[in-house]
Amino acid sequence: MNRRVGKTVSWQRHWLGMLLVAVVLVAVPFVAALGGQAWVRIANFAILYIFLALGLNIVVGYAGLLDLGYVAFYAVGAYTYALLASPHFGIHLPFWVILPFGAALACFFGVILGAPTLKLRGDYLAIVTLGFGEIIRIFMNNLNAPINITNGAQGITLIDPIRIGDFSFAQTSTVFGVSISGPHKYYFLLVTLAILVIFINIRLQDSRIGRAWQAIREDEVAAKACGINTRNIKLLAFAMGASFGGIAGGVFSAMQGFVSPESFSLMESITILAMVVLGGMGHIPGVILGAILLTALPEALRYGIDPLQRMVFGHPVVDPESMRMLVFGLALVLVMRFRPAGLWPSSQRRRELSEGTH
Amino acid sequence: MDTLLQQLINGITLGAVYALVALGYTMVYGIIGLINFAHGEVVMIGTMVAFTVIVSLAGSGMPLLIVLGIGLVVSVIVCMVLGWALERVAYRPLRHAPRLTPLITAIGMSIVLQNVAMIIWGRNYITFPPMIEKIIYDIGGASFTNVQVAIVSLAAVMMVGLIYLVHRTKIGMAMRATAQNPHVASLMGVDINRVIAMAFVIGSALGAVAGCMVGSYYEIAHYQMGFMLGLKAFTAAVLGGIGNLAGAMAGGILLGVIEALGAGYIGDLTGDFLGSHYQDIFAFIVLIVVLMFRPSGLFGERTGDRA
Repeated sequence: MNRRVGKTVSWQRHWLGMLLVAVVLVAVPFVAALGGQAWVRIANFAILYIFLALGLNIVVGYAGLLDLGYVAFYAVGAYTYALLASPHFGIHLPFWVILPFGAALACFFGVILGAPTLKLRGDYLAIVTLGFGEIIRIFMNNLNAPINITNGAQGITLIDPIRIGDFSFAQTSTVFGVSISGPHKYYFLLVTLAILVIFINIRLQDSRIGRAWQAIREDEVAAKACGINTRNIKLLAFAMGASFGGIAGGVFSAMQGFVSPESFSLMESITILAMVVLGGMGHIPGVILGAILLTALPEALRYGIDPLQRMVFGHPVVDPESMRMLVFGLALVLVMRFRPAGLWPSSQRRRELSEGTH
Repeated sequence: MDTLLQQLINGITLGAVYALVALGYTMVYGIIGLINFAHGEVVMIGTMVAFTVIVSLAGSGMPLLIVLGIGLVVSVIVCMVLGWALERVAYRPLRHAPRLTPLITAIGMSIVLQNVAMIIWGRNYITFPPMIEKIIYDIGGASFTNVQVAIVSLAAVMMVGLIYLVHRTKIGMAMRATAQNPHVASLMGVDINRVIAMAFVIGSALGAVAGCMVGSYYEIAHYQMGFMLGLKAFTAAVLGGIGNLAGAMAGGILLGVIEALGAGYIGDLTGDFLGSHYQDIFAFIVLIVVLMFRPSGLFGERTGDRA
């Protein structure tokens, strides 16, 4: 009897919590818009990075495979969208055709990268994935001659926005009497996608596959001895992480309307990895926190450092752009120095660390 | 024939530089199993410091060789201090942290160093003043300069010196012991912290020398130059089997030669479909192919499957 009452209460609290989260999620873009449309875009990027970081979390956090070339899959998705929905080749396919196709293509590349590198461990794997990322970027940068495929360093412009019938995500339109601008629409699209990826991550975590990944992460030989097909399971981690990267790339392309190889540098891979590690590897709320912080921090610094310098010295002493990156780098060092397991590690990981086994 | 010889000469010069930088990565990795991502930035700082010293002393009327020598020594000292400080600030406190944590601090330090360099030396390319009069030697249709000779011979001297240090001195023995098993080494009276700091200091000194070489070879420097150089050198270290000194040297030279040959012949091989701007991908393609067949590099020990 008592137990049943307790259960109802906890369910009510559960739904209340969900409702609260939903209200906050709906409110965010309108609050951000008070600070200018730029902040809505920053919020969009934060969610895009949550998506990417959770994709990488599958590879690095769950399966323990250090991937330094994750951005390659992001690039594949972005360029697939850009080539199939822009005046560059004159092809204009709808997004619901391209996004799955981009994800499939990224997945294919994930398997191509994964298959020959399965034997490698730890840092050898890291450098090969890094090399793979660079190879993809160099090709995107140079495939403009003799046949112009990627338009080289100039990138591809005038990419179609996502459009459902007459409802385009690029223009402002009025829904139920409320005027909603382009970035706002992308915000809601991204939130939907992010909820989907969070849901998939949660469901994967304790599933048969998720537990197999964790077993491989902790001890590959033992996992193999327990009857896990380590080859297929590792490939699956690569493929799944890559497809998320591909989808994120497609949305990025549509949202920006422009892609160039510059967006897919090694630094980008490293930033996404930093989000995963800084937040708390393998722990979904931690990774989300890491992604939001590392997107918001550089932007906040962009708006904060210049006025601060003027206030203290009366005039800008140091180039604000380098000052911003300097603070960013220092923040990475300090956070890891004082919270080695990340800002919000899972309770299991925290326990392991305090016991001294890792 | 002369293209082949010419590209071989260029490749060996470049490879000597890669090898020196790769030694810095491999020493640190061999001892504490950490990829010191900030090493490329240390090399860049070495180039920049040498540049500043040489330019400011150029008008003083001192003989050229002494000016260059002072530049080299100052840059080596600055980098040694930097390497020591890096280990102290970013890596030592995290020695027992999860494996990826020091990787992130390394990346953080690398961003910090790059931006400090940008604040000090500006965001534009710095050109070295042409101080050394170039003498060009001809050999069988190919040519090389006295700068290249100096680079290769200095690199050879440094490598022999390092091998002597590691295999014939007491600190070298301590390093090898720590690399094999830190716990046992510390029981035998080896001061682990000192050995690790030494690995960083020596690696940074080699990096500074390599940085000066790059500066004098290309006569150009930039605050982002450490990144690609570090990446290639790290690739070289992995190619040779990371943690293995001879492997890093061989990997460096091999990578330099492959890159030069690749850049020289890619147009012919692909019927001008791919040009020499694909130079940078050779390093990575070779790496992937080698690791497919030898997962621990060319000279790396086979670690086997153990937990």
